Amino acid sequence: MTDHALTPTSHPLAPFPPPQQVPRQRLALSHARALWGALFGTPVNTAITLACVAALAVSLPPLVRWAILDAVWSGPAERCAAGEGACWAFIGEKLRYILLGFYDQDRQWRPLAATLILLGLAGMSAAPLFWRRATLGVWLAGLTVALLLLSGLPDGPPVPTERWSGLPVNLLLTTIGMIGAFPLAVLLALARRSRMGGIRSLAVLFIEVTRGVPLIAVLYVATLLVPLMLPSGLAIDKLLRAQIAIILFVSAYLAEIIRAGLQAIPDGQYEAARALGLTYWGTMRLVILPQALRTVIPSIVNLAIGLFQDTTLIVVIGLFDVLNTARNAAKDPAWLGFYTEAFGFAALIYLTVCVLASRYSLWLEARLRRVER
Amino acid sequence: MRNQPTPALDPLRWTPPPGRPGLTGRVATWWGERPVTQAVLLAGVALILVFFAVNTAANMERFGITPGFGFLLRPANFEIGESLIGYQPQDSYARALLVGLLNTVKIALVGGVLATVIGVALGVARLSGNPLLSALVQGYVEVIRSTPLLLQLFFWSATLQALPGPRQAFNPIPGVFLCNRGILLPAFAEDGAGGWVLLALLAALAVGGIGVWLRSSRIMGQILGRTVGRTVGRTVGSTGNGRRSDALILLIAVGSGAGVIVGSGVSLTVGFPELTGFNFVGGGVVSPEFSALLIGLVVNAAAMIAEIVRSGIQSVPKGQWEAARALGLPRGRIMRLVVLPQALRVIVPLMTSSYLNLIKNSSLAVAIGFPDLVSVVNTSANQTGQVLESMAIMMGAYLTVNLTVSALMNAHNRHLTERGRR
Repeated sequence: MTDHALTPTSHPLAPFPPPQQVPRQRLALSHARALWGALFGTPVNTAITLACVAALAVSLPPLVRWAILDAVWSGPAERCAAGEGACWAFIGEKLRYILLGFYDQDRQWRPLAATLILLGLAGMSAAPLFWRRATLGVWLAGLTVALLLLSGLPDGPPVPTERWSGLPVNLLLTTIGMIGAFPLAVLLALARRSRMGGIRSLAVLFIEVTRGVPLIAVLYVATLLVPLMLPSGLAIDKLLRAQIAIILFVSAYLAEIIRAGLQAIPDGQYEAARALGLTYWGTMRLVILPQALRTVIPSIVNLAIGLFQDTTLIVVIGLFDVLNTARNAAKDPAWLGFYTEAFGFAALIYLTVCVLASRYSLWLEARLRRVER
Repeated sequence: MRNQPTPALDPLRWTPPPGRPGLTGRVATWWGERPVTQAVLLAGVALILVFFAVNTAANMERFGITPGFGFLLRPANFEIGESLIGYQPQDSYARALLVGLLNTVKIALVGGVLATVIGVALGVARLSGNPLLSALVQGYVEVIRSTPLLLQLFFWSATLQALPGPRQAFNPIPGVFLCNRGILLPAFAEDGAGGWVLLALLAALAVGGIGVWLRSSRIMGQILGRTVGRTVGRTVGSTGNGRRSDALILLIAVGSGAGVIVGSGVSLTVGFPELTGFNFVGGGVVSPEFSALLIGLVVNAAAMIAEIVRSGIQSVPKGQWEAARALGLPRGRIMRLVVLPQALRVIVPLMTSSYLNLIKNSSLAVAIGFPDLVSVVNTSANQTGQVLESMAIMMGAYLTVNLTVSALMNAHNRHLTERGRR
């Protein structure tokens, strides 16, 4: 998919590809010649190539100088103020704060362990080997342990959620958001394809309304309106309200993905299940959903990537995720104004996670296509 | 999903069973099986909503707030940084909300146009035979898609705030200055001239659109083509009915645009920003908040649109290129006649959803201090305590825009799935 346009021979208008049985050396030569042709073959191409090289020549050296050559890697803030380049010493000094926020200093192994557990669980379920029912149990156990770790229980005083901050919050909101949304999304997708008009309309209403408003609006409703809707005396924790809002929001999008998977199942499958005498739920559980979900796994991974990025929006309701702690770090009077470094570091975290995940999604797509054949 | 010729065997899809005429029959058919269970479920949902409503009313009474939209007429008493229409703090909440809505519409429109232009260009560049250009665009798309939009907005906001003051302003193009007060551009000197020009453009577009629509409808097309077209065609000097009516439509459209300008009596002299003392005088200024939001949204949406354009063009099978080439068509015409019509079937629905995303993403304005709808609603809700009403207005505004587009897309999807069924 990606290299379609990169190799000039695969372009539809390029000459036919070289024959298969060419000696290796000559093949390499023809590749080099093709690359040269693609770069400098026509006047237009030469102009494009030169323009690209010029743009890189203007932008890259200052960037490299700032980020690496002139950068200050350690030492106090005064050294950074004197230097010309990036102040990575700031990141080194604030690393703990950016990643784990203002969790109690002497108990920070707890959020760190929770982060590692969540990352490990996500990494584990990436392998198709673990796509089985037992994995769900492992997830639930892992999430429970992570939540216990973050809340400071059972040994020691509980840590209020206001002090949960940094990367573990993003990971927690994302994983619980996806897992919590899943059962609801399956029900919504089935309801939207149901023969029962009332239930179908309810599902359509919920899905379309949720998809029609921005996540920020939903988060504001959770922060401002929900406390007003509860009986006086009953209060729900702010982070939990945000989590519920995220679950509901994601379930609408997930339902549409699952519905697409359901649409792709041929009618013969329903008919065969019916001929075997399976009930509606039996048909769904044993025949339809396993096939439908398998085809949409890449889309679900992409949704999870999007959600991981969207969890930063809790900044607007005053919660501290990793982006907000990074920004806050640059407000420290001793290290004032190193915003570019702070945002650069946060971007690096997101880039690493999201690029890995989207590569995985592409690999998965190719693998599923192979399995189908 | 409805009205499909699948047999009644299929347990999942709704098919109209035979018989049962009349309105009640139809309602019963639509309601489907297990009517009582459904009614109980819906009643349960309604009950929960009523529970919330009762609590809200009780809580509002406790805080001494009168429910209802009466607060909209009270003075808002807060400043709004920028506005398309005149606004003072003593104006009503209704006007403040309108200002927010107009700001959202402004960013969505300007951003949508810019993102489309840049995104299509990038998508084509991504597919270019030049590996260097293609790789650069791929890198750009990857970085943008792998970082949160909010992070990008924070970055642009911090970058624009770090620009030097007016006296050391960057001057990249003559007449354009970049400084921490925003972006200074040449602009119409007279107040409200920009609005009239926009109105004139809209009028020209509307008249042109009506003209095209009239021509495509059969009867009016004949009238246009035969009677009016003949007279104007002679003066314009072109041949063929199509071209004659094209020229006519263009003429009328441009004429109506010019008419608006002349009729308004506004002068179109352009003022340039000039540094006098510590600040700029003349010209127009784009605030740093709006600039940061616009740059962030456009850079983000353009990357998405580039991907859509690329995947759309690549979705056309290679055989189509080869067949068209075998027919002896030149490259440009292959693109225009064979590839684009097929690619557009993939591109258009995806573009619609990326415009929807742009509209929804503009709500991130609240995080960098641009007074969009969400920001004004938030301030109003906090000041008045009329949370339910404010949230209803915000949801309603977004839903009105998005549900319209969503309904169109679903109709389109139904059309496609019905045609492509096995």
